[in-house]
Amino acid sequence: MKKYLILGCIIIFLWACGGGVRSVPDNSVASSSANAASNTEADDAKGIGKFTHVDLPVTIDKSMVMAGQKTYDLKCAACHHLDGTKLVGPGWHGVTQRRKPEWILNFVTNTDENLDKNAQAMSLLEECMVRMPNQSLSDDDARQILEFMRNNDTK
Amino acid sequence: MNYYLKAACNLLFATAILLSSCKPKNAGSMVSGDAAQKTYVPPGKYDEFYDFVSGGFNGQVSVYGLPSGRLLRLIPVFSVDPQDGYGYSEETKPMLNTTHGFVPWDDQHHLELSQTNGEIDGRWLFANANNTPRIARIDLKTFTTAEIIEIPNSAGNHSSPFITENTEYVIAGTRFSVPLGDSQDVSIDSYKKNFKGTISFLNVDKSSGNMSIAFQLLMPGVNFDLSHGGKGPSHDWFFFSCYNTELAHTLLEVNASQNDKDFILALNWKKAEEYIKAGKGTKNSCKYAHNIYDEATHSSHSEILNDVLQLDPTQFKDVCYFIPCPKSPHGCDVDPTGEYIVGSGKLAALIPVFSFTKMINAIKNKEFDSSYAGIPVIKYEAALYGEVKKPGLGPLHTEFDGKGNAYTSMFLSSELVKWNIKSLQVLDRAPTYYSTGHLSIPGGDTRKPNAKYVIAYNKITKDRYLPTGPELAQSAQIFDITGDKMKLILDFPTIGEPHYAQAVEASLISKNSVKFYKIEENKNPYVSMGEKATKVTRNGKRVDVYATTIRSHISPDNIEGVKFGDTVYWHVTNLEQDWDVPHGFAVKGANTAELIVMPGETCTLKWVPDKIGIFPFYCTDFCSALHQEMQGYIRVSAPNSNVPISFSLGKNSTDIPATPGPSK
Repeated sequence: MKKYLILGCIIIFLWACGGGVRSVPDNSVASSSANAASNTEADDAKGIGKFTHVDLPVTIDKSMVMAGQKTYDLKCAACHHLDGTKLVGPGWHGVTQRRKPEWILNFVTNTDENLDKNAQAMSLLEECMVRMPNQSLSDDDARQILEFMRNNDTK
Repeated sequence: MNYYLKAACNLLFATAILLSSCKPKNAGSMVSGDAAQKTYVPPGKYDEFYDFVSGGFNGQVSVYGLPSGRLLRLIPVFSVDPQDGYGYSEETKPMLNTTHGFVPWDDQHHLELSQTNGEIDGRWLFANANNTPRIARIDLKTFTTAEIIEIPNSAGNHSSPFITENTEYVIAGTRFSVPLGDSQDVSIDSYKKNFKGTISFLNVDKSSGNMSIAFQLLMPGVNFDLSHGGKGPSHDWFFFSCYNTELAHTLLEVNASQNDKDFILALNWKKAEEYIKAGKGTKNSCKYAHNIYDEATHSSHSEILNDVLQLDPTQFKDVCYFIPCPKSPHGCDVDPTGEYIVGSGKLAALIPVFSFTKMINAIKNKEFDSSYAGIPVIKYEAALYGEVKKPGLGPLHTEFDGKGNAYTSMFLSSELVKWNIKSLQVLDRAPTYYSTGHLSIPGGDTRKPNAKYVIAYNKITKDRYLPTGPELAQSAQIFDITGDKMKLILDFPTIGEPHYAQAVEASLISKNSVKFYKIEENKNPYVSMGEKATKVTRNGKRVDVYATTIRSHISPDNIEGVKFGDTVYWHVTNLEQDWDVPHGFAVKGANTAELIVMPGETCTLKWVPDKIGIFPFYCTDFCSALHQEMQGYIRVSAPNSNVPISFSLGKNSTDIPATPGPSK
């Protein structure tokens, strides 16, 4: 009974005030927790972003690995070791086995939204206590980083 | 049922019914409620206008939002700013170089936004320095000072930095005349013989915005006070108010207020340009600094230039004309049609409005009174459209609404006065608190004003805010001018001493705003492209630290091998690539300032250690949950020590810890 009464009052309140006042910014806490709750486990595994399905060739592209190394040195190495040890963020060794390629690509290109809404990213944040900086990687940069990670995992 | 729950629901319900109309029905009787609604910008929402406000004696430019009056940014221009290292970092020091050496302060009076076809184009903001004559160009993509050029043969650079309609030229005129050339050691009472004014025309490159002094006109030693470019039909002309036609050099308060009329100078800059192109100018030697900030290297460069092209307009009969104007005119403002020129005689009991068409006819028909210093003086009535009678006391400046009306600030009678240009009738008056200097309407000096508000910049604050001792913030006041009557809707305190201001629709500028600098494009010679590139090098007594910052550590953070007597250059590259993630940098005992390094930028702090020992350094801009951990140590040893240069990050000692920590 109580529940319905409150709900009723809120509905009347919202109806009376019309639109506008209800608009909530995209990255607010309110909307993110709602979305996170509705996410399925499959969504969590792939992360949030434009990469919904990625097919990786079996062979590793050496030129992409070299380009990925450059980006790693400039934008990632300050926080990530290439072995399994944690620096600021987790070490990269084994990351391509731990995470789906879609998740890696989505996380490095859409960092903030994933840190706010994706369960896997959120649990990493709880572990590391530093938000991974959005390093403004292009889709190509991200793909090259992934190739560099795959190569690193062959070692 | 819970009593409190019921009560809360009833309250919510009642509020809902009240709000269902969403607007108070009787807005007219609720003046204060109405004003609050008009100036309230809800949290997270943006203001409709940027308001660029000159800083006066703080030498900076402040940026407010309208209609909220919220301070958005302080742009250091002519004054050092320890808050962000401007004028302290090696990269920005050259910006404040002049022929007088490094000048850390100035008095910044007027601003003008760049225009195309007489409309604000949102690219650059020009600012003048009054004391050590300079013009600055601020890049509105980054809200930083991009260029400063010194004006030679000038003093009291006041009637600046106004522009022509397509930003062909920025103009700089002298308020103080001075002797020019080689023999400047003259007696002050030889003023009439030896002191000259100048008006400089600075060319602005259409794509880069870079300025250069195209030519300079040699003028009689009157005081050029303010100016504005013509518009539309008067495009080729520039108009200046002149006082001290008495050529007084002492007690100007009295001696420069003798003449019943001083002048508006009408200057045909197209003609002057033609004579220059025809080779009629004379190249004269003089020295001035030209400082440019390069966004690619994040560094500035200062160059001393050696000559300027000068033109004596009295040699050509069709360049300059004087129009008599009562009495010590201050503001000189041209209406949006370009036909009417308003001179505000600050000691006059009327406002003269001149007609461009009549002026041209008077020149054609040679309706001259006499000449002054070789320049023809047009008959007052021959150029006059009419006078606004009894407008108020102490008219200073006029802006326009584009609907045929003008708004003039009254210093002595503390009010804004709205009047119709055609009818010359006063339509409305609004008291201001107190003693308004400049006023500004968004686009109010362009062809297309966006006349939603007029802002009064007041010189005296007195009792308007909570007292803060003898010194008070200057007050600004926003009036809604969408109706027939001006309505005061907000007071807001300002920084420094605002003079002129320029407001513009926010969308024109916000869409171009840079969010961070791309690290891949960083061409600073001391950049560290990633943490792997960080290092410490010694060259004689010079030590260079190539450091990087990223949330939340500085690399390297343990440095040894520096010796007393060394000079250390900290080159800090911020590796972040996201909006609003600057890192700060400070080292104990540095007698300069901190650095604030934008994402993707490299900044350099010169540091001369004054003691032997350990100096901590750290990030000064709260950057993350582990910001407090973003610190390091540098060791300074005796000059004869043999501690080698070494640097590291993350190599903790294996000694027995001072306090036992958790084992791994």
